Amino acid sequence: MTVSARRRRTGLAAWGFALPFAVLFAVFMLLPVASSLYMAFTDMHGADLKSPWAVNFVGLDNFVAVLGDPKFQQAAGNTLYFVGVAMPLTLGIALLLAVLLNSGLVWFRSVFRVGFYAPVVTSIVAVAVVWRFLLQPDFGLVNSGLGVLGIDGPRWLTDEVWAMPSLIVMATWRNVGYSMVILLAGLQGIPRDLYEASAIDGAGAVRQFRSITVPLLRPTLLFCAVITGIGYLQFFEEPFVMTQGGPLGATNSVAYEIFNQFGFGNYGVSAAMSYVLFVAIVILSYLQFRLLRTEK
Amino acid sequence: MAHDDAPRRRRFTPRAVALNAALLAGLTASIGPLVWMVVSSVKPEGEIRQFPPTFLPDQLTWANYTELFATLNFPRYFLNSVVVALVVTVGSVLFSAMVGYALAKLDFPGRRTLFALVMGTLMVPGMVTFVPLFVLVANLDLINTYAALILPFLAAPFGVFLMRQFMLDIPDELLDAARVDGAGEFRTFFAVVLPQTRPALATLGILTFLGSWNNFLWPLVAVQSADKYTLPVALALYSTGQNTVQYGLLVAGATVIVLPILIVFLALQRHIVQGISTTGLK
Repeated sequence: MTVSARRRRTGLAAWGFALPFAVLFAVFMLLPVASSLYMAFTDMHGADLKSPWAVNFVGLDNFVAVLGDPKFQQAAGNTLYFVGVAMPLTLGIALLLAVLLNSGLVWFRSVFRVGFYAPVVTSIVAVAVVWRFLLQPDFGLVNSGLGVLGIDGPRWLTDEVWAMPSLIVMATWRNVGYSMVILLAGLQGIPRDLYEASAIDGAGAVRQFRSITVPLLRPTLLFCAVITGIGYLQFFEEPFVMTQGGPLGATNSVAYEIFNQFGFGNYGVSAAMSYVLFVAIVILSYLQFRLLRTEK
Repeated sequence: MAHDDAPRRRRFTPRAVALNAALLAGLTASIGPLVWMVVSSVKPEGEIRQFPPTFLPDQLTWANYTELFATLNFPRYFLNSVVVALVVTVGSVLFSAMVGYALAKLDFPGRRTLFALVMGTLMVPGMVTFVPLFVLVANLDLINTYAALILPFLAAPFGVFLMRQFMLDIPDELLDAARVDGAGEFRTFFAVVLPQTRPALATLGILTFLGSWNNFLWPLVAVQSADKYTLPVALALYSTGQNTVQYGLLVAGATVIVLPILIVFLALQRHIVQGISTTGLK
């Protein structure tokens, strides 16, 4: 067999392997990504569902309408509030747990690791239902516990001030384990003799944490921050199940607003909002890279 | 490195006691809500609304589960979730392995372009594509079908990326030896390559199953008739509809979704946790 014939045969076989994926990928991923850009610049509505090409180009109108819409602005503010609090909280607790679990003083490390990770595998919808029950103001576990201490707990999910913190605590509870496991793996990759050498030089635990742990863990922290940030920017199930975006829009998120506009049949507006969210995701990831990249 | 395996002496210094007590408190907060979910699901509605609450049920009852499975259509939703998750898992893992192998080990025209497209869509979130995907699926007349729930998830860029990374580590000599023995490309793939990547296949399979089982937005959008609901869609709609204050029923529904996954997780936790910490970073 000649070399070129053999190459052609390998090429054919390779495309044979790639074909099932390539076809599905082109139809169900590339096409939607491309057409979402198209839709964001049209006045497409639910009535145009079966004739997606018979719509009008409206230029930047959707984006102008979206950015000027007070409901979207509120949803954007809520999303920033959620991400701005939940992300540092999640990463902070995850790092604390990872460092504690790595300390060598822990008695049943794998039990703790599994226990902290367990919420990660749960369905958000299911645990949101459970948390609505926990936070039920009259007989929920949280207010019952506070009642024992003589504290009259708020009506968490229907209180404008407390609704968002409630969702933040739940999201943190569910997501801490993921970053913790990854950070723990990162910590185990740091050579122990670095700590031993610095201990001989007289460095205490805090100094070691700041001068060894954090710098060497930077890439891992960056990874966790990006993944967590991307997930949190799209938070949707929590308000859908727990508050329906209320009270008075206090827990409405950008993702929830995209879903609602889609439900109203405003496909063009919905696609434009998706793009705004996507740009926010890209910007957040970029900022995290700038902030956490390894200093040369 | 890891000081996981070596048998260590348990030291009962004050510091160790304080540290473990603090972690135990954290553990309670972490699994407490899940335990509360399970014990509440076998209490009668009256006991659920009692103050102060009971921990273990005074009156154990299966009424909530009977209602879910006999009156409401939960057997159907459960079956839908299982079928969709299994087909998505098997299909997407197989397709990812196939294309991952081609990208890692075979030279073919369009390879760079295909890999670049996969990498480019790795981070595109479902929130950005679900509206055009809905329009597409509607025009293919697939709304309310299993195909709508399954097909979009068979092409998983993350899976391709993961499999390609693992396939890169397979020594070329192994593949050449198989070819010299006269095995064709497909024989080589199924008999030599796939067995080599078993850990990666397992990790990806578990993660894909979890993702599909817990998936919510797309099934919520893609099916509108109750006979195609998956468990999370059914529970979310019950909890925001007429059953919104039937907490016993709702936590039983949540238990039906979460408990099987938790049991599988406990059985496979070593693989899952190790898989996450390696693949997450790969």
